[in-house]
Amino acid sequence: MSDPHLSHLKRLEAESIHIIREVAAEFRNPVMLYSIGKDSSVMLHLAMKAFYPSKPPFPLLHVDTTWKFREMIQFRDETAKRLGLNLLVHINEEGVKRGVNPFDSGSSLHTQVMKTEALKQALDKWAFDAAFGGARRDEEKSRAKERVFSFRTATHAWDPKNQRPELWRVYNTRINKGESIRVFPLSNWTELDVWQYVMKEGIPIVPLYFAKKRPIVERDGTLIMVDDGRMKLANGETPDMRMVRFRTLGCYPLTGAIESDADTLEGIVTEMFTARTSERQGRLIDTDEKASMEKKKREGYF
Amino acid sequence: MNDITVHGDLAKFLAEQEGKSLLRFLTCGSVDDGKSTLIGRLLYDSKLLFDDHLSALEKDSKKHGTTGGDIDFALLVDGLEAEREQGITIDVAYRFFATEKRRFIVADCPGHEQYTRNMATGASNSELAVILVDARKGVLIQTRRHAYIASLLGIHHVVLAVNKIDLVDFAQDAFDSIVAEFTAFAGGLGFTNLVAIPISARFGDNVIEPSPNTPWYRGPTFLSHLETVDVESALAEKPFRMPVQWVNRPNLDFRGFSGTVVSGRVRKRDRLVVAKSGRESTVKRIVTMDGDLDEAVAGAAVTVVLDDEVDVSRGDVLCEPTARPEVSEQFAAHVLWMTDDEMLPSRQYLLKIGTASVLATVSELKHKIDVNTLDHLAAKTLQLNEVGYVNISTAQPIAFDPYHENRDTGAFILIDRFTNATAGAGMIDFGLRRATNVHWQALTLNKRLRSAIKGQRPAVLWFTGLSGSGKSTIANLVEQKLCGLGRHTYMLDGDNVRHGLNRDLGFTDADRVENIRRVAEASKLFVEAGEIVLVSFISPFRSERRMARELVEQGEFIEIFVDTPLEVCMQRDPKGLYEKARAGEILNFTGIDSPYEAPELADITLRTVESAPDQLALRVVEYLRERGFIL
Repeated sequence: MSDPHLSHLKRLEAESIHIIREVAAEFRNPVMLYSIGKDSSVMLHLAMKAFYPSKPPFPLLHVDTTWKFREMIQFRDETAKRLGLNLLVHINEEGVKRGVNPFDSGSSLHTQVMKTEALKQALDKWAFDAAFGGARRDEEKSRAKERVFSFRTATHAWDPKNQRPELWRVYNTRINKGESIRVFPLSNWTELDVWQYVMKEGIPIVPLYFAKKRPIVERDGTLIMVDDGRMKLANGETPDMRMVRFRTLGCYPLTGAIESDADTLEGIVTEMFTARTSERQGRLIDTDEKASMEKKKREGYF
Repeated sequence: MNDITVHGDLAKFLAEQEGKSLLRFLTCGSVDDGKSTLIGRLLYDSKLLFDDHLSALEKDSKKHGTTGGDIDFALLVDGLEAEREQGITIDVAYRFFATEKRRFIVADCPGHEQYTRNMATGASNSELAVILVDARKGVLIQTRRHAYIASLLGIHHVVLAVNKIDLVDFAQDAFDSIVAEFTAFAGGLGFTNLVAIPISARFGDNVIEPSPNTPWYRGPTFLSHLETVDVESALAEKPFRMPVQWVNRPNLDFRGFSGTVVSGRVRKRDRLVVAKSGRESTVKRIVTMDGDLDEAVAGAAVTVVLDDEVDVSRGDVLCEPTARPEVSEQFAAHVLWMTDDEMLPSRQYLLKIGTASVLATVSELKHKIDVNTLDHLAAKTLQLNEVGYVNISTAQPIAFDPYHENRDTGAFILIDRFTNATAGAGMIDFGLRRATNVHWQALTLNKRLRSAIKGQRPAVLWFTGLSGSGKSTIANLVEQKLCGLGRHTYMLDGDNVRHGLNRDLGFTDADRVENIRRVAEASKLFVEAGEIVLVSFISPFRSERRMARELVEQGEFIEIFVDTPLEVCMQRDPKGLYEKARAGEILNFTGIDSPYEAPELADITLRTVESAPDQLALRVVEYLRERGFIL
């Protein structure tokens, strides 16, 4: 399948475009999950390429936990406007009413209610039959076994033992009413590929990826940025201005920063080569319990 | 050996990364052959593990490890919780690593029998297969199966990794006899390149560095072979093929065909032909968001604009006029069965090849192949994980190449139309032409075949409801939509039946029953012809509707209750009939002086006071699609 005439990134790009087009052609009501991070930015860029000169024939969906960094929300709205795309935003209002938040409810419950449940609500509300996600197989062990087209039951459950075999680039897109498919066009990309592509294509990303002095408190060895007044400080806890950046983006109270001076793309990529810590480590939700990602995925998490 | 550090010139480093070639390979072996350990060691030794992964690994090794407290590399790749508990790999996992020379994607495939389909999955996108053998156990039945499946899926490069060589005291005899046995078996499988290497995945012998323990072995180490093996498939030099995925039409001035060039190359001004229709045109533009291209080669995802208004849609294959694919509705193929429900000849499946989907039946199962001995066995069906050699007939002709010439245009999957499972994976051998083939004549003309030609399953859509409820309005819309989808339909309603076939009948209960009987018999004939029949009759009595249902095969009769309250119908009164009935000018009028027995369990209930007719008609079309009557 390899060809001497296409560079590595061009090959990955073409593979992803192929997948995105298959979804547009075979599903009635697809949606692209847009999480505002670098992987989403790359996926969106690929969707723009896939249908050019047409626009992508599906909307973007952001599941807003209400705890995202403010810069993420600003970037999200600017991006949708710049590209002229239809952006849908869904918040689990019931969770908001119940007062679920990452501090008092704990990261596990917060993620379950505001992210996983909210996502299911949104998929049901608009009756989407396919949803793109930016997950990569190199991110986490249970992701490595994920299909490109991953079948979900009417209750959004994933059964890792009963996945459809996936051969060549022939994808089985058949589903019954209420069932859906999660599609991962970046399956075969690595973190390095993503950064190289961002650099090569000049894809805009949220400024939080670049090092800057930010108000930080350290809790259990994790650097948390105080993004707004909702973060309650413990006695004697005061935010320090520290030079940090983020390798992944999520809810600000659950996203660890790393100390860094990398304030350019080149700096980030250089830092990556020498990094000895994988990117998901910055996410507090992964270490909650053993095999937690697989468990969350079975329950409907992306 | 490969610690990535950037000293200064980042751009140069990135250019090197870009320029690296990619090798996709799969590893297969039996349980405990050490596949996961081997891959784990490659990741570990190529220093691609991050610190947090390593500390998690050390922790896990103590808890679940099978290596007595040493680092258990297998835990790195056995991703799913269930697997970690059982200590076996149950599904294909994809791993990524890179060395200075190459980038790799590894498909880690399970070895035990019930998961043969997973190995085929991994092999379908791989160029090279690593077959692991335990030096103590030698060539097992599974080893033969793995070699055969690799060969079946078109893999030409094989590495025989004789693992756990430390456990046979690094003995050359043991290695040589395993290689001899494997070579004897694999000789007929068409591998162009077979390399055998003695290794110890656990201790690292000959994995990356040559081992001092095997001075008798002079070949390459495992990794150096993977880094240097030449797998160029020369896809770009093969005939041009581009299956059309999507017709790109942003406005009236632009009409392009989006797809991936799966083989060959295409340039501006090239003549192209649409494989099935044979219509030719010239390439006007090759469009991408980064600007128009002069040439696109295999692997590129592009949008092609043609000079003329040629009819092209999803599923068509654009190709070069001097080297066309075969176009046929009959071909011979190998099929690997991948689902619990056995393969039944003459049963209809959905066949997907490239971007085209057609209905297909296995017209003949010639034999199945014992994947352990390669013997041909007579068979009536194929079970999960069995391989058969079959003739397949499709409802419409498809364009294809033999699989050994082109993996993209020669491969297909079969989908079970009821469970939607990916039931079979197929590799086309050659086309069967009607003139030279006897199997076509073996098919008798029946309802199944008539409907297969039309690409649909026949059905009776029986619309029942009060006069003025909206039956005919909705039925007409459904028929228009089906017609728009290229489906074959016929409408039976009062207008074309009462005035002809049933001219002699009035409106007494007896005549109403006879009226319905004749309509039901007529719709049965249309069903035999493979049509989707729409019947729009008040049909007030349950027993007559049941009679109509029982005339056709189970599942073919779809009762659609157009549920509109009598008051609303009377208000609408489109033909002024209710007014006349109430004035006593019409007798036996349903709802006024003759009863309407509403369906108790209609297949579809349409409430016209809640939704517009067009939406209701869409629901009916959706229903047909979901049940597999139409695609």
